[in-house]
This record gives sequence, structure tokens and C-alpha cells, in this order.
Amino acid sequence: MSIDTTTAARVAKLARIKVEEADLPELANEFSAILGFIEQLNEVDVEGVEPMTSVTPQRLKRREDVVTDGDQPEAVLKNAPDAREGFFAVPKVVE
Amino acid sequence: MSDLSKLTISAARDALKKGEITSVELTEACLAEVDKADALGAFVHKTPEIAMEQAKAADARKDGGDLNGIPLGIKDLFCTKGVDSQAASGILKGFKPEYESTVTTQLFNDGAVMLGKLNMDEFAMGSSNETSVYGNAVNPWKPGDKELTPGGSSGGSASAVAADLCLGATGTDTGGSIRQPAAFTGITGIKPTYGRVSRWGVVAFASSLDQAGPMTKDVRDAAIMLKSMSGHDPKDSTSADLPVPDFEAALTGDIRGKTIGIPKEYRMDGMPAEISKLWDNGTAMLKDAGAKIVDISLPHTKYALPAYYVIAPAEASSNLARYDGVRFGHRAKMAAGDGITEMYEKTRAEGFGNEVKRRVMIGTYVLSAGFYDAYYNRARKVRTLIKKDFEDVFAQGVDAILTPATPSSAFELGAMKDADPVQMYLNDVFTVTTNLAGLPGVAIPAGLDDKGLPLGLQLIGRPWEEADLLNTAYALETAVQFVAKPSRWW
Repeated sequence: MSIDTTTAARVAKLARIKVEEADLPELANEFSAILGFIEQLNEVDVEGVEPMTSVTPQRLKRREDVVTDGDQPEAVLKNAPDAREGFFAVPKVVE
Repeated sequence: MSDLSKLTISAARDALKKGEITSVELTEACLAEVDKADALGAFVHKTPEIAMEQAKAADARKDGGDLNGIPLGIKDLFCTKGVDSQAASGILKGFKPEYESTVTTQLFNDGAVMLGKLNMDEFAMGSSNETSVYGNAVNPWKPGDKELTPGGSSGGSASAVAADLCLGATGTDTGGSIRQPAAFTGITGIKPTYGRVSRWGVVAFASSLDQAGPMTKDVRDAAIMLKSMSGHDPKDSTSADLPVPDFEAALTGDIRGKTIGIPKEYRMDGMPAEISKLWDNGTAMLKDAGAKIVDISLPHTKYALPAYYVIAPAEASSNLARYDGVRFGHRAKMAAGDGITEMYEKTRAEGFGNEVKRRVMIGTYVLSAGFYDAYYNRARKVRTLIKKDFEDVFAQGVDAILTPATPSSAFELGAMKDADPVQMYLNDVFTVTTNLAGLPGVAIPAGLDDKGLPLGLQLIGRPWEEADLLNTAYALETAVQFVAKPSRWW
């Protein structure tokens, strides 16, 4: 499948990665090459085959629904680019 | 004793236990080698103070285990408390975790010494260690005048172990990232069964495929390190609650009566004669050691790489959504009027390298409305068939499968610069099937090519039977007698 620049721009937007207008044609070409490679999968007969959800047959472990950790806001915020008064700070979200 | 850093883990363990050397001496020797080897680009964050403190503590310990006082390198993908852990990405610049990964916690509890953090491809996405924000790691093998790749993504780990900067290293393997670099540098690396080793505290790439494992100088050392790294962890819901065998005790070298499968689909068109010969030699050696050799078929092999390049990017696009400039790492400078969406978009554009961006966007595409069934669900169905291929041959009585580890020896750094991304992906053609099927796979050095570069063979085992797999690898290692070492140029 050939990917056009409009599709490349839409995917970049969905992925929240800024791509300059001038870089879109090359990106679209790379997508086309990778998707062309992936399309070999269309040769496989997958009729009646279940999509894999877990590679090992075991059930996921469960635990009691209780608090096991917490009460360490300083450690949680330590690596934040911007933290104030015990919160992560971000640009204004609500108008 | 001279050349302490050249010791294997098992030899160092024995010398430490007899009191012939101390961990402080061993650690100082390794730190000196690390400082002389900046040209290899292997260690990207050195931690000599932590190393010396751990070494002194190890020497003071009376009842230390197999790894007590053993200096290791840790791949940058593992979170290490208070030490830079940035997955070789610009987006995690300056990130110092407030916690320790389960794997490193277990290694340190067993007395291991950390020399520093090791180079890798950014977020473990790459096969040549050329996507790292730190710059390339370089292969210590350099028969000509050109620098070669140590492979990837665990390129720094492979380079450091092959150059005797450390006794062993941690690696991670999502599509071949332990086994391909091990093969390119003439060392041993095992990717265990999915769920054998906890993924907690290991920066996630593709969660259904990622497994950590050891990269070492021989099979015995891999067995020793794997035991320490393995085991159930309540913090990783996919880690298996199964007993961890004594992998080293399983190394008898006796493989009489074992059945080894040779898959015809791995004999690819255009396979170099040297690789073909290496594989035939390995087959003959296992036969001589008493194994029964059978031809097998894994019919969906051809579709493993395309399935992988749907599933891994899909999971990566989800896992890497957390890098948004809010909680850790890089945040882009904002322009007047920028809102939160611009902050996300600029932060991710600045922080991620090109290969990571490409894979995140491919993953976004295959998961997007209208394409989810055609790409993602189809790939997951093909994955079911790939796993079934293996289940069928194991049901026929096959104990292990022998294949080449890589389609070539190490290539020049920069050689793939202008190739389309798919060409680089082909490096994982022999290794990626085991990640999709969740199986253990081990790569060991098996010979040199006509350029004097190491080539590796891979053995694939039944799920949870790493002990048996390592024993087969040990028998092959004993027959191969690979003793070549890179000549020092760094």
C-alpha cells in the first residue's frame, strides 16, 4: 500500500509527534516500504485462527485489591520537568 | 593475578571463594579497562563509586553466592536507582529512577557489582546500536581498518563483554537484541522463556515480546547469571510463578538421546556459504555428541518478521505514549500561545530519534480505526500459527532446534545508512520467531568467517526448559572450542 503525505500527516498527529511539512514525503515513502513488507501477511490463511492474546497459557496473577504502595509524592515528582506544590505542572488545558 | 577482567564469572567465583583474589582487585581491574575503552562507546554512564562500595561489601560478606563480588555491566534499559537510566534516548535525558528494576535488585542481592550503564539502540529499537543518543557502540572485532557494529540493540553489552571490560552484562531481547549482538561479537547470550525474568523496572518496548537475559563469555556464566535474574515477581503480572532450576547443575554436556531439529525454512535463498557451512558443522557436532538429528518444518517462518513489524511497533506506540514531557525526562521549550498538544508534539519530536518515531507512527497506523483488523489482528493470528509451528515439532519429540544466529557477520557502521528500514530489520530473521512464540533461545560463538569475524549458532528450546537448552548449548560449545579473541586496538 502506498501512503500519501496526507495520511503520513494524520498518523503523525495521532502519534503526537510534530513532523515538518517538508519531511512528510520521505516519511510517507518509509511508511510505504514498511507496509509493503508487512503486506506479505495477506498471503497467510488465517481463517478460524484465534489472534494471540498471551504467549504463555497461564492466567494472569491476581492480588487483593488493597493499597500496597504510596505516600511518596516527593519521589514521584522528583523527575518531573515542572512540578509545583505537590503537582505535575502543565500548560493550561481548560479554556 | 594479571588480566583479572578477562576471567569468566565461574573462574572469578572460584578464585574469590578460595581467597586468591578480592572483589576490590577484580573491580579495580575492570574499572581500569573501562576507562581505557572509551573508543568502544560501550559504557555510557560509569559508576565507579557504586562499584567500589559494592565490591568492598562483597569482600566483607562471608556467605556470598555465585555472583558475590562479580563486576557486571547493566544495559541502559534497566532502571537503576539514582543512576541515569535513559534507554539511550534523548527523551529520558537526566532521568534518575527512584526505584531499582527487579533484575538488578536480584543481581545486587546476590552480591553483583555494577560498573556502569551500557550503550544500546534507542528504546532497544535497532540491530546495529546506531540509533543511540550516546552515539555508536563499536565492535571490538576489527580485522580491517573500518569500525564494525557490535549488533543491537544490546550492542554496548556485547562490546563490553567481548572486550573484557566486565565479566558479564545484562541484555534485553525483543526480536533478537541479545542473540544477534552476541553472535556479532563472539560471546554467549540467552533470551529465556517469556515470563522467566521479571520485566518490572525495564523500560518497555513491546511488552508481549520483551525478555531480559545474560550476555556472557561462556555457557556456564550464562547459566549462573540467568539463575540470579530469574523468578516470579509480584510486580510483573506476566512473570511465571515457577521454580527456578539450578541451570549450572544441568551442564553435564551429555546430550545422548536428545533430538535436535533442523528447520528447512531457515535455509534461506542466498544464504552465504559460510553460514550454511557453520550450520552443517554444528549439526555434525551435535550428532557426534550423541544427539539424533531430524529435519523439521516450521512453515510460517517467512511471516515472522512481517508479523513482528506489526506487533512490536503497535505495542511500542502504546508503551511510548508515556513520554509526553509531563512526568519525567525532556520537555520542549514552548512558544507563545502553545497549548498542551503543542507541548506533546514538540517534546516527542525533539526527544525521539528517527527510528523510534518511525516505529511509533507505524504502530499508531496499524492500530488506527479501519486498519486494526487488517494489520494488527491479522498479525496476531499469524503469531498464533508461528507458535503452533513450534508446538507441532516439540510434540513430535524434538528437544531443541539448531539454526544460524544471524544471516551475516558484523557489518560496517554506517553501511545501512541509505538502505530502506526493512533491510536492517532482516538482521533478526532467525531470532524473531522465538520472541513471537515466547520460547528460550541461546546464541553461542561457533566459528570465524573468512574476514576473521565471529559467527554464531542459535539453539531454540522448549518453554521453561532453559536448563536442558543450556546443556545442549554447553555440549555444542565443548565441541566447537571457540577460543578466538579480538585483537586490542582501543
